[in-house]
Amino acid sequence: MLRFIIRRVLIAIPTILLVILATFVLVQAMPGGPFDAVGQKAMPEHIRIILERRYGLDKPLYEQFARYVLNIFKGDFGPMFRQPGQSVSDIIGQTFPISIQLGSMSLVLGFAFGIPIGIIAALNHNGIIDYVMTFLAVVTISIPVLVLAPLLIYVFAVQLDWFPVAFWGAHPPFFLGFIPRIDQEFVSHAVLPVFTLGTGSAAAIARLTRAGLLEVLSSDYIRTARAKGLRERIVIVVHALKNSLIPVVTILGPLLANLLTGAFVTETMFAINGIGRRFVLSIGEREYFLQTSLVLLYGLLLIGGNLLVDIMYAWVDPRIRYD
Amino acid sequence: MTPEKKLEALVNDGNAEEYGRGRSPGQDALREFRRNKIAVIGVFFIAIVFLVAIFAPMLSPYDFAQQNTYNNREKPFTGYDITTDYAEENCHWYDTPLEWGCTVFIAGSDALGRDLWSRMIYGTRVSLSVALVASSVSVLIGLTYGTISGFAGGRVDNLMMRVVDFLYAVPLLPIIIMMTVYFKALARQGVTTGFMGTVIYLNKSTGGLLFVFVAIGALNWLAMARQARGQVLSYKEKEFVEAARALGAKDGHIITKHLIPNVIGPLLILESMAIPGYIFYEAVLSLISLGVDPPTPSWGAMINEGYQTLRSNPHLVLFPGVALFLTTLSFNFMGDGLRDAFDARLRGRK
Repeated sequence: MLRFIIRRVLIAIPTILLVILATFVLVQAMPGGPFDAVGQKAMPEHIRIILERRYGLDKPLYEQFARYVLNIFKGDFGPMFRQPGQSVSDIIGQTFPISIQLGSMSLVLGFAFGIPIGIIAALNHNGIIDYVMTFLAVVTISIPVLVLAPLLIYVFAVQLDWFPVAFWGAHPPFFLGFIPRIDQEFVSHAVLPVFTLGTGSAAAIARLTRAGLLEVLSSDYIRTARAKGLRERIVIVVHALKNSLIPVVTILGPLLANLLTGAFVTETMFAINGIGRRFVLSIGEREYFLQTSLVLLYGLLLIGGNLLVDIMYAWVDPRIRYD
Repeated sequence: MTPEKKLEALVNDGNAEEYGRGRSPGQDALREFRRNKIAVIGVFFIAIVFLVAIFAPMLSPYDFAQQNTYNNREKPFTGYDITTDYAEENCHWYDTPLEWGCTVFIAGSDALGRDLWSRMIYGTRVSLSVALVASSVSVLIGLTYGTISGFAGGRVDNLMMRVVDFLYAVPLLPIIIMMTVYFKALARQGVTTGFMGTVIYLNKSTGGLLFVFVAIGALNWLAMARQARGQVLSYKEKEFVEAARALGAKDGHIITKHLIPNVIGPLLILESMAIPGYIFYEAVLSLISLGVDPPTPSWGAMINEGYQTLRSNPHLVLFPGVALFLTTLSFNFMGDGLRDAFDARLRGRK
């Protein structure tokens, strides 16, 4: 297992390097530069040259890239061009904890609702509850985030006025770097975005849990467990549940990717200052280092998440060996 | 139910002939699919959307790009004050100004006074072409790649699958967003020569959709390639392939006549489950202004324009949102139905 993890991490390093190299070249190849304009007017030529030299943009691309990568190991992700006095590390430090809060809460919501609903549906197999829940799960999966967000905002924030329409209610410093103080402001701001991002996951998890549990319940060892007279609850909780969750683990990888995509929309629509919204905002900018660093961050999240899924997979299903 | 009893039941139903003759897996699946009411409703709705997309110019009361500053942000079913000669020129004979089709904004009008109903109708074209073209791109790349990899086997297979593994670890959406930004920036600069010029011309003539297709196709062929490879690996050891080889069939013949027909079925089912995702991606790209170029209407772009005035004009989001939701829902119903119908393992259990 350890060898497997080490090998995966070793493979990840060139992958990440290639990804950020591609991004770095791509953003620099875009027409225009960060210092082309000051306000509405064109930047005077000599000032532009001085500014570009100040940030090392006049150097050859490979030299810039090498310096960027070396600086990353010192925790320096490069400067921001249009926000003097702030570095990319500062921006990530402000936005990343918020995205982590949103993403992890949505994931928790997905499991907290998805697994019980899936179990209830499976236990009522072909009953009315089962049909209603399976149908609702498909309907929920089919509501795109960008439809759900305005719907929730309009109903619960504009009409009913229960929750604020936008923004995020957590303020640094955070405990352990990302855990905020749970107060009324935080919770009221979090309800709608977390619900927006989490319901799709909940429905997907519910469907998988139901399918997994049905599969397991028809297997021989469950029949044996029932035959020796165990109570139904013990059969379900002790024997069936763990094995039925194996397919649920497989969806964690795609789920993580979905959360990242969904976060682009959710953070943009709720004006939450997370990395998704910052990335969308940076699209029209020429913040080379910010854009590359955000892609780097996404890459690390994806690779880390997939590795975690593989490890969990081996943990819930002992038949799986990675050597 | 024992086989004898089953036969008896079928005789009583008048289906004995069918039972005796046996059915192909495809016929079996079709029967199963037709029994699935919800899936049939999904297909029915998709068919309607297709018709709407094809006949969009006839169905839409106005030009989708026609602006009207007097009537911006009209509520649904409010009157159209004909202050220009516009209606005389553009209304059809069957929606003469007396009829509501040409005198009323059915779904209201947006911030520029464009008729929302017409834009929604034209929006079907964007969503459906994304569903069709992006899935074809993804199947084509995935099928070719996976078949070659699985058929070649050995070192080639290993190398090709490592490439897929590599791409799985790449955060494709951010990179594709950056690529789209790059292409769009070039397009704005007006490059007209060489390869880039051609690409930009093509993109312009599809209303900015080319980049979306490429982006979504490039994002989604990986799963197809893995699936295709797995299938080819199992089929190429089967007896019928061995028989074909013994008869002297060439590799190309085996691939096109024996392997691909077997591989493509599961691949298409997988693809149909992925279509809602494609429609969603297009909407997201349009939402962050990287999808279609204005004034081409796309439901995602319409939601983007509408949600900024959500408080006062919820209908600007409601109509495209409902359209997007219903289309996604139908494709999901259809995909689920197809999967259930073709997966023999699930049959009879439901």
